[in-house]
Amino acid sequence: MAKLALENVRKIYKNGYEAVHNFSLEIEEGEFLILVGPSGCGKSTLLRMIAGLEDITSGELWMDGEIGNYKEPGERNLAMVFQNYALYPNMSVYDNIAFSLSVRKKDKEEIDRKVHETAKLLGIEQLLDRRPGELSGGQKQRVAIGNAIIRNPRALLMDEPLSNLDAKLRTQMRVELAALQHKMKTTTIYVTHDQTEAMTLGSRIVVMKEGEMQQVDTPANLYDAPANKFVAGFIGTPSMNFFEAQAVREEEGVLLLVGEHRIRLSGEDAARLRAHGADKVWLGIRPEDIAVSAPQEGRQTERRPGWKEGLLADGNYLEVLITDIELLGAEKLLIFLLYGKKYVAKVPAETQVKTGEQRRLYLNMAAAHLFDCATEKRI
Amino acid sequence: MKTVMKMKQRLGAYLFFVPCLTIFALFLFYPFAKTIYLSLYKTDKLGQAKLFVGLGNYAELFTSESFFHSLLVTFIFVAIVVSVSMLLGLITALLVNKNFPGIRVFSTAYALPMAIASSAAALIFEIMLDPTIGIIDKVLGTDINWLHDERYALVCVALLTAWLNSGINYLYFSAGLANIDEAIYERASVDGANEWQKFTRLTLPGLSPILFYTVVVNIILAFQSFGQVKILTEGGPGESTNLIVYSIYRDAFFNFRFGGAAAQSVVLFTMIMILTLIMFKLEKRGVKY
Ligand SMILES: Nc1ncnc2c1ncn2[C@@H]1O[C@H](COP(=O)(O)OP(=O)(O)O)[C@@H](O)[C@H]1O
Ligand SMILES: [Mg+2]
Repeated sequence: MAKLALENVRKIYKNGYEAVHNFSLEIEEGEFLILVGPSGCGKSTLLRMIAGLEDITSGELWMDGEIGNYKEPGERNLAMVFQNYALYPNMSVYDNIAFSLSVRKKDKEEIDRKVHETAKLLGIEQLLDRRPGELSGGQKQRVAIGNAIIRNPRALLMDEPLSNLDAKLRTQMRVELAALQHKMKTTTIYVTHDQTEAMTLGSRIVVMKEGEMQQVDTPANLYDAPANKFVAGFIGTPSMNFFEAQAVREEEGVLLLVGEHRIRLSGEDAARLRAHGADKVWLGIRPEDIAVSAPQEGRQTERRPGWKEGLLADGNYLEVLITDIELLGAEKLLIFLLYGKKYVAKVPAETQVKTGEQRRLYLNMAAAHLFDCATEKRI
Repeated sequence: MKTVMKMKQRLGAYLFFVPCLTIFALFLFYPFAKTIYLSLYKTDKLGQAKLFVGLGNYAELFTSESFFHSLLVTFIFVAIVVSVSMLLGLITALLVNKNFPGIRVFSTAYALPMAIASSAAALIFEIMLDPTIGIIDKVLGTDINWLHDERYALVCVALLTAWLNSGINYLYFSAGLANIDEAIYERASVDGANEWQKFTRLTLPGLSPILFYTVVVNIILAFQSFGQVKILTEGGPGESTNLIVYSIYRDAFFNFRFGGAAAQSVVLFTMIMILTLIMFKLEKRGVKY
């Protein structure tokens, strides 16, 4: 039995805006589930519906096999960490952490023991007498988490908990959060708009767009087998490049025409494209799958007879203009122009390239993805 | 050279104070000094100082039973007015803090007492409290002459004053409530707090900075109530509503004892000042922003 389950949940706000469409999802006991998507896609709305802070317009919320739609937030035994922490400003850190227990009139000694236990776990024992106004962002974050985990909630809901922290602290807290969740085994739903955060934290990730679920999968699968063009572009930095291509079927394999470039597809990809039957496709290549020099096995640049002059020979390369170079450290990004559009390649820092240069860039076709231009689904 | 320039600049800055200082001097500092001066004299019927008596007027006050009675009445009055009017202001502000249709009508209604002249309100109350035609006796099914009964007169005047002052409290508390982060209520809901716990643990502490200020303003306002006493009871029946402010008025303009009235004014001023200072001291200790 799932710990939490959503069945065809929809949310229509009072002003008629439908923020979440037919959303179904099951969350298992002890799972660390990530909800990721661009700003405004309905992540917070979904989380707030689970917490009981927003009404569910239609559909069902199940908690441990019980229907939960009409339960008061306080009866759901869920804990929530808000984006701006929402600490109680007039209470000490101690009272902030103890709040959910003290409103339930738990025994004072037991509360005291648990508060100290939790504070110790989060490394904020020395802050217990302070007020939220006297804490740094990272400390506030810990207090908010302390308040959430102290009473062993059914599930922990976190709404972009790290987005108010600076980059360094965010990375550090991310690691700590993952370790904490691993230790406590509390079922957790974690909302973020940051795909890096999602990829590093979760065992299962839900990608959302405009109130709709796009894909639920492991980080590796999202990266290697995105369900559609949106997921492919959303996961990974810098984003995947999409080239508009015309598919031409041949006896052995398929030829993709990207402008004047003829890129040969063979093997499984070709077979799948043949079966699918689309003519117009998006050729998706991640920046890290583009290289400046040709990979050994792909060196087939000789011209094939029978093709018009002017067209380039078959191959897995593009002739491009390098317009910008950004050094990242061990790697650098090449921004290049092809038929008036800009794309990105990620190459080792020692690669010799200059801006303004005309270069031949090679594509690792084994890692390429094809998307149907009409449906944007992966082929 | 430089110092001269600086001096000139300073002088310019002080020049800007002149209009405001003039008004203060004319309507505040001068009357205040004059009051202290008068409190040391016996006066003639026109209020001119005639005979220096030193602290004689004060000595007279502190041996007069009527003055102490007046102090007592004032304290009871202030206590009722401050507590009831703040409670009214808080309740109305809390009611309007929720969003529902027609909210504007209510928020206007709750702020309205601010805009009503105390004398006009007093006249309406007088009619409502009238034993023969008043609605209060009709509704309660009683036959009480509210304003002419020593037991009720003070309470009636105090309640009217409380209602009159509630408008400004409503405004203060609304501003205070708007300052409380909405998200902490959501977190409290998820944490399992009920409405009462949210009110006592989040709302009241959240209002504490403004609460202090409101109490000070209310006390001063209550001490200064005059119009409604003048119209409704004229200090009576007996001396039961003879607040200090009214007693000052009566001594000065009925009994023409300006010296004694001035002395009472000074005592009243000192009391309010001490109270305010105590409150500020308490605030420093108690309120956390
Ligand atoms: N109370 C509301 N009334 C109307 N529309 C809302 C309300 N809250 C959020 N929305 C809209 O719903 C969409 C999803 O919001 P939200 O769940 O906050 O997005 P996210 O958390 O993914 O950034 C947004 O387009 C937002 O404008
Ligand atoms: Mg959000």
